[in-house]
Amino acid sequence: MTSITETSPHLLAPEPSRLQALKSIILGRPGTIAAVVVIALLCIVAVFAPMLAPYDPLTQSMLKINRTPSWENWLGTDQFGRDVLSRMIYGSRNSLIFGLISPFCAAVIGTTLGVIAGYFGGIVDRLLSRVIDLLLAFPELLLAIMIAAVLGGGFWNVIFVITIAFVPGFARVARAQTLAVKQEPYVEAAISVGVRTPVIIFRHIIPNIMAPIVVLMMLWVASAIRLEASLSFLGIGTQPPNPSWGNIIKDGLNNIFGSPWPIIGAGAAITLVVLSFNLVGDAVRDALDPSTSQN
Amino acid sequence: MARYLLLRLADAVPTVFLVLLLVFIAMRILPGDPAIAALGDMATTEQLQLFRERMGLNDPLWLQFINFVKGVLTLDFGTSMMSNQSVLGLILYNLPYTIELTIVAMLIGILLGVPLGVIAATNRNKAPDSGVRAFSLIGYAIPDFYLGALLLITFSLNLGWFPINGGGEGFADRMYHVFLPALTLAFVKAAFIGRLTRTSLLEVLSKDYVRTARAKGAKENRVIYGHGLRNALLPITTGLGLSTLATLSGSVAIEMVFNRPGIGKLLISAIAERDYAVIQGGIVVFAMFVVLINLMMDLVYIVVDPRIRMK
Repeated sequence: MTSITETSPHLLAPEPSRLQALKSIILGRPGTIAAVVVIALLCIVAVFAPMLAPYDPLTQSMLKINRTPSWENWLGTDQFGRDVLSRMIYGSRNSLIFGLISPFCAAVIGTTLGVIAGYFGGIVDRLLSRVIDLLLAFPELLLAIMIAAVLGGGFWNVIFVITIAFVPGFARVARAQTLAVKQEPYVEAAISVGVRTPVIIFRHIIPNIMAPIVVLMMLWVASAIRLEASLSFLGIGTQPPNPSWGNIIKDGLNNIFGSPWPIIGAGAAITLVVLSFNLVGDAVRDALDPSTSQN
Repeated sequence: MARYLLLRLADAVPTVFLVLLLVFIAMRILPGDPAIAALGDMATTEQLQLFRERMGLNDPLWLQFINFVKGVLTLDFGTSMMSNQSVLGLILYNLPYTIELTIVAMLIGILLGVPLGVIAATNRNKAPDSGVRAFSLIGYAIPDFYLGALLLITFSLNLGWFPINGGGEGFADRMYHVFLPALTLAFVKAAFIGRLTRTSLLEVLSKDYVRTARAKGAKENRVIYGHGLRNALLPITTGLGLSTLATLSGSVAIEMVFNRPGIGKLLISAIAERDYAVIQGGIVVFAMFVVLINLMMDLVYIVVDPRIRMK
């Protein structure tokens, strides 16, 4: 054990300082500590949903329609007699899955496109940049709605839609960063001694453009959760009867005279989780990419 | 000025063309057969064939694209399969409601956001600044359709101060109907605009000419509004463009919450009914809105910042 702790600072030279910075930023802000706790709780709830949920989220019961909150049903029941809390607990899985997978996929695709455009330049760059600029003119939500309008809802379609909505942003950052890194002496040196292009890209370019990409990925986890909720609310995301925080609100609105509790509960959950991911995203940005900090 | 205007307008033409191409690709080439999407899995082969014939889906792709562009340019979006009305008619009926919602929301957002930003910037790191920061954190996090539902439950359902749904008739009634939906969208706007105003104003207030203005004894109000806010306008204007687009995309969910007519509601209902022509028309309208708002923002810049005209 001791030998590892002694050598690790040398093996991971730049890493500890960034992690240290992140740690001190998080610990220095009470709000961010609370946000980390909320996210940890969300992960626990999502993973252990079957054990934590008091009822099955899909079981309907005509006998217990539109109940107000009680010890039996903490958040009451909806118009089909389903337990709202159980639906919210299962719905957390959707938020977490879409929130994590889509920004990651978008980061991979967007970075690939951006690096290709930035590194090779020429006609490829001009074509890609034109399309990226055009797509960037669309707000992510509008782009997502427009694509989902064509594709319809469902798990893979939602992943696809949110991913596509985020790709242009990653591509623009990756392209700009690649253009900057390409000018660095070590890349010019590598080119002049004849290092093969893929090696230059994977060894010299990509590691050096990762910081802003990771920051963007963190900041967009919150956006992805919001997007999924919005799409599900509009009926073009997670399809009923599967619960998602967005479609719980949609169902709640159709039953607004019956019980307001599904709306209040699911909406509060979305707000709290998005707020938490935003706070943590800000902390990650301040640690990894201090130049863009807004404070 | 006129030359810049013409250049900028000319530049919009290929953009519109590219947008139409992307919409076309999305509608025709993405996975999924439009005929099956429109008629459902249960449709017979003959029905599918008839639909493809009627929509021109059997033509070669390039001909379909030309017909599509021709249709958009002549404002012929086809006929709704559900209501048998012309899609253009449906769009023209719904469009004013969406525009009205967006404009009122932006106005309320600016009227709330800019003063909030000024208060935050002039009280930097004091209590009002923290208050504005907390407000904007919540504004960024709360989904607009949730806020809308809460306002609807509180003010329309429980207190009965505002109507529960619809768009209203006549100016006063329409403003009455649009207020709560617009306020919902404006809340998020105010958070964004407030934060933006704070940042740009702080940046301007650290400039040399502001120090000079203070040194020669200008009143604080004159420094803040005459020198500060005036020069902070350009970044705020840039933000307003983005903000208008965000309001437009937010209007889709808000129209659903308040059950208001509008392009968003038209599009979402069309998706539920698989009304292909209306979906396509709705998407084109939103896409054209994006191009148009970007164009308008560019024109606003040259009014706000004459330096851009020189380039």
